[in-house]
Amino acid sequence: MDSYSFQSVTTSLFNTKSMLLNFALIVFFGTISFSVTAKQIHKERSIYRNVVITEEDNLRCMRFETRRKQITNQACIDLQDEQRLVFEYSHGVLAGYALNPAPKRVLIIGLGGGILSNVIQQISPEAQIVNVEIDPVVVKLARKYFGYRENDKTTTVIKDGRVYVKRALIKKQQFDWIILDAFNGDYIPEHLMTLEFLNEVKGLLSERGILSANTFSGSRLYDYESATYQRVFGKLHIFNAPTKGNRVIFASKNSDFELFPPLPSLFRDTFAHYRVNVEQTMQRIDDEIDWDTNSEILTDQFSPANLLKQAD
Amino acid sequence: MKRNIILLLAFIAGFSIMCFELLGGRMLAPFFGSSVYVWGSIITVFLLALSIGYLTGGRLSLYRPSLKKFALIFLLAGMALLPTLFFSLNLFEWVFERIEDPRYGSLLASILVFLVPSIVMGMIAPYSVRILTVSADSSGHTAGFLYFVSTLGSAIGTIMTSFYLVLWLEIDQILWLIFTLLILCGILALVVDLIDRARAKQRQAI
Repeated sequence: MDSYSFQSVTTSLFNTKSMLLNFALIVFFGTISFSVTAKQIHKERSIYRNVVITEEDNLRCMRFETRRKQITNQACIDLQDEQRLVFEYSHGVLAGYALNPAPKRVLIIGLGGGILSNVIQQISPEAQIVNVEIDPVVVKLARKYFGYRENDKTTTVIKDGRVYVKRALIKKQQFDWIILDAFNGDYIPEHLMTLEFLNEVKGLLSERGILSANTFSGSRLYDYESATYQRVFGKLHIFNAPTKGNRVIFASKNSDFELFPPLPSLFRDTFAHYRVNVEQTMQRIDDEIDWDTNSEILTDQFSPANLLKQAD
Repeated sequence: MKRNIILLLAFIAGFSIMCFELLGGRMLAPFFGSSVYVWGSIITVFLLALSIGYLTGGRLSLYRPSLKKFALIFLLAGMALLPTLFFSLNLFEWVFERIEDPRYGSLLASILVFLVPSIVMGMIAPYSVRILTVSADSSGHTAGFLYFVSTLGSAIGTIMTSFYLVLWLEIDQILWLIFTLLILCGILALVVDLIDRARAKQRQAI
């Protein structure tokens, strides 16, 4: 009977491979690509992968070590101007203040450097912010290298985003603003893109709650992803980043915002503080439907998201 | 011909096991995430199931091994998938509501949904060794060749599922595909058994 262990060993080898393929970890993301030569100042192994901190041209960034040629930073700060929001998509996310100027409860899925959390904490000191992050090493490095601040109102939960959302639903929690920003170095984990997941997220939105989801344009996945958001939320408004391939999808619980409202003027100075140009940002938001609305929907039964992304 | 058919059946069994295992990850993700411990639970449960299956299949082969019993294992393996097809969501929900820690949640969920079918699938390999073995001298060769075939099946099951099947089909459709394959294997073994008996009778008559 001993020789059967041969198959077990082989089987577990295959499993290890599939594990590597399938590991989805949830972390903040940006699309700015930099050269590989950036100086590495810290590297730490997590159960998911190596997380690297680099510094180049006064930018300090967090990266996931992958074998892909295109390196994507998960978070960046400008060391000479620490208030500057480096990523274009984060400017777009902040436009959410036009829809809900005083969010009381905010849920951010995917921490990265904790930069969005810090900014929202500064703009809305009364808000309760829950950051959900799967990788404890990302949280540790966010604190150490990106000044991620936690206090009695801003808390961190180390958990898979989907599991957090499902539990929060059972506890009947509500959020005024949910920001989806979970990436694994490749794209969004597949179980965080499905119809079922988005319905669960919708269930967590308060009556006037809004969703901001950081996604990519380009690739075959675009149609599937957009159609799935549309199926769940109806009306969508989209911020298209000016130079990078990011877009931020805005959706509300009641799909009742035909027009994206202007940003209340009191935010102008605040946004300037983070070097966010209000006009340019708001101009880039529209409700144009530029995807195939007959596209198949991503579901828990059918979500080959990362395969579709690579199929270009 | 009989030998080749048994090898084919062992190949399909290997294919089905890994196909099922990979789907396990997809099925658990909505409830327990796709963290490292979810895969840990799945792999633990499948390897545990295979070890129990090997033991039971080997034991079973001691008592009047026959193609008919071999066929029954396949039919049983197919049937064992039916609860997975119909009740896995309910079972996952039940576990999710009761166990907060996703490690033990995913472990219990895997045991409830994946253990039994994979035990039965694990019984196939040792039983096919018994059926194919003609002498003690060649038993090592027979066993080695069977591992080769069934593990090759596992490899192809893994790559097919993760590269293509999830792109072409829904999870439930892939499960029905495995179910159909296993049932067809059972029927094929029964047919071969019938032909075998008819031939034996003919020989006796002569």
